[in-house]
Amino acid sequence: MQTYIIKRLLLFIPTLIMITVLVFLILRFIPGDPAYLVLVGAEEGEVNVSEKVLAEMRAKLGTDRPIYVQYADWIWNMLQLDFGNSYHYDTPISKDLKTKFAVTLELTILSVLIASVAAVPLGVISAIKQDTPLDYASRIITFSGIALPTFWVGLLIIYFLVLIFEWLPPLKYATLWDDPWTNLQQLMLPAIALGYFNMAFIARVTRSAMLEVLREDFIRTARSKGLTERLVIARHALKNALLPVITVSGYEFGRLISGTVVIETIFVVPGMGRLLLDAVYHRDYAVIQAIIVVITTVVLVVNLILDMLYGWLNPRIRYT
Amino acid sequence: MNQTPGAQESAVLTPAVDALRPKRKPSQHVTHFLKAKPLGAFGAIVAVVLVFVAIVANQIETIDPYKTDAEFKHATPGTAERWLGADSIGRDVYSRLIHGSRISLYVGIVSSVIGCAIGLVIGVGSAYFAGKTDLIVQRFMDSMMAFPSLVLAIAIMAALGASLHNVVFALTIVYIPSTARIVRAQALSIAEMDYILAARSVGANHWRIIMRHMVPNCMALYIVLVTIHLGGAIVAEATLSFLGIGAPPDVPSWGGMLREAYIAGIDVNPWLGVFPGLAITIVVFAWNLLGDSLRDVLDPRLRGTGRGGV
Repeated sequence: MQTYIIKRLLLFIPTLIMITVLVFLILRFIPGDPAYLVLVGAEEGEVNVSEKVLAEMRAKLGTDRPIYVQYADWIWNMLQLDFGNSYHYDTPISKDLKTKFAVTLELTILSVLIASVAAVPLGVISAIKQDTPLDYASRIITFSGIALPTFWVGLLIIYFLVLIFEWLPPLKYATLWDDPWTNLQQLMLPAIALGYFNMAFIARVTRSAMLEVLREDFIRTARSKGLTERLVIARHALKNALLPVITVSGYEFGRLISGTVVIETIFVVPGMGRLLLDAVYHRDYAVIQAIIVVITTVVLVVNLILDMLYGWLNPRIRYT
Repeated sequence: MNQTPGAQESAVLTPAVDALRPKRKPSQHVTHFLKAKPLGAFGAIVAVVLVFVAIVANQIETIDPYKTDAEFKHATPGTAERWLGADSIGRDVYSRLIHGSRISLYVGIVSSVIGCAIGLVIGVGSAYFAGKTDLIVQRFMDSMMAFPSLVLAIAIMAALGASLHNVVFALTIVYIPSTARIVRAQALSIAEMDYILAARSVGANHWRIIMRHMVPNCMALYIVLVTIHLGGAIVAEATLSFLGIGAPPDVPSWGGMLREAYIAGIDVNPWLGVFPGLAITIVVFAWNLLGDSLRDVLDPRLRGTGRGGV
C-alpha cells in the first residue's frame, strides 16, 4: 500500500508541472501583444497606440521579460495563491476566484450526490431484474442520459419550469451560509441538469459490474450457505461491484467540471465556469490561465484521492 | 515421422475447418452485422441518413439558410413557407437544421479521423520504441489527459479565436491523448510478435515497421475509436457554439441555433430551442449505438473501457 501511494504521488507532481507548462504555452501562442489587448480591449479594429504606452503596459504586465522568467514568476506567485491581476478588470484574481470556487464546488458536490443516490439503486435493480421491463426502463433512462447534451437538458429544464409551472428560481444569488433555502432552490436544478449525465453513466457501470459480480463463485457460495438474497446483494455483490464504479467516476469528474461551465452559464450561477467564459469573451488571459490551472489541479487531486480510496478498498492492492 | 498425433490431426483438419468457416463476401458482412446487432444497425441507418441529408442539403432546403426576413420573425412551426418556424431575425429553422448537419459532420469527422490518426501513430510509436521514449511520451499524454476535454478545447479556442476551423483544430488535439493511450496498450502486444522481429531481421527501418506492420494491425481499434469519438465531437462542437466560442453566429450550426434560442428568451418562441437539441440527441444516440456495436464486433477486448454495451 505504501509503495502504491508513493508511486501515485510521484506521478502526480510531474503531471502537475507539465500542465502548468502546457497552459502557459497554449496562451502564449495567441497572435498579438497582450499589452495591446489590455489597452484596446477585445473589440476588433485597429487602434493606434504609441510605442511608449505599449512599453509601459508591457513592463506593468511583465511580458517584456524572457518567457522562462515569466513562467517562473507565475509559478512562484501561484504557490503563494497569488494569481496576479485580471487584464480586463485590473482586480486581483485570487479574491474573485475564492468566492466563485466555493459556488462551483457546492454545485459539483450537490450534483455528484444527486447522481450517485439515483444511479446506484438504478444500476443494482437493473442488474438484479435483468431483461425485465424494469431493467428496460432503467436502461432507457440511462441511455438517454448519455445521448442528451448537458446544455440541452439545462435548457429543457428551464423551458418546463417557466412555460408549464411558471416558476423561476430566485434570481439574486445567496450563499449557503447566508440563506440556505434560497441557495438550495437556486442550485438544485443546475445540479440535476449537471448530474443527469453522470447518473446515467454511473448507473450503467454499476449495472455491468453487478452483472459480472453476480456470476462469481463467492456469490454462489453465499447463496448456498443460506444467506437471504438481500444480504447476498448488499454485503457480497454490491461491495465488490462498487470498486470499478469508484474508478470510473474519477474519469468522469473532469466531464462534470466541464459541465459546470455550460450549466452555470444557462442557470446564471456566479461560479468559476461563468468566470472562465467571461474571461474568454474579454480575452482576459490572466484569468483564463488561473482558472484552468485551478480546475485541472482539482481534477488531478480528486483522481488521486479516488485512486487512494480504491487502493484502500481493494485488498489485492492494499497488500502488495 | 516425429510428428505428434495432435499436429498430424490439425494438419488434416485445417482445410476441413477452413471449409466449414463461413466465407462472407463484403456485402454479407454487412447483412450479418445488421442481423447480429439490430441496435447498431439502427445507428448505422441514422448515420447514413445524416450523411445523405448533409450531401443533398442544397437540394432539400426550402429557403437559403442565411436569408433573413423580418416578415417571418419568430414564426411558429406550421407557418406556410417556414414549416419549422423561423428565428429572431427570420431565418428558416428547417433549412438551417438541414445545413447544420453539414457543420456537425464536418467537425465530427475531420476532428475524430485526424485526432485518432495522430493518436494511433503516437501510441504505436510509443509502444514500438519503448524505454525512455515511451516513458516521456506517456507522461506528456497523461498531462494532456488531465485537462477536462471541454476545458482544454475552451483554452485552445480562447487562444485562437472563434471560428469553425479552430473548433476542428481544438477537438483534434483533444482526441489525441486518449487514443494514443488505448492504442499503445494494444500495440505493446503487437510489438512482441514474431513478424515484427522478422521484419526487423530483413532490414526494414523503424518507419516501415510502424506504418506497414503495426499500424494496419490496429486498424479495427482505430475504426472503433473514430466512431466513438465522432458522437462526442458533435456534442463538443454544439457545446462550444452554444457558449458562443465555436462557430460564428451566422453559420447554421445546431449549437449556435440553441444559443440564439436561449438569447432570444424562452417565452418568445420555445420551439427554437427544441428542434436543434432533438437533432443533436438523435444523431449522438445513433452514433453511440453504432460505436458500441462496432466495438463488440471488431474489438471485444475494449468492452468496459468507457461506454459499456447497451
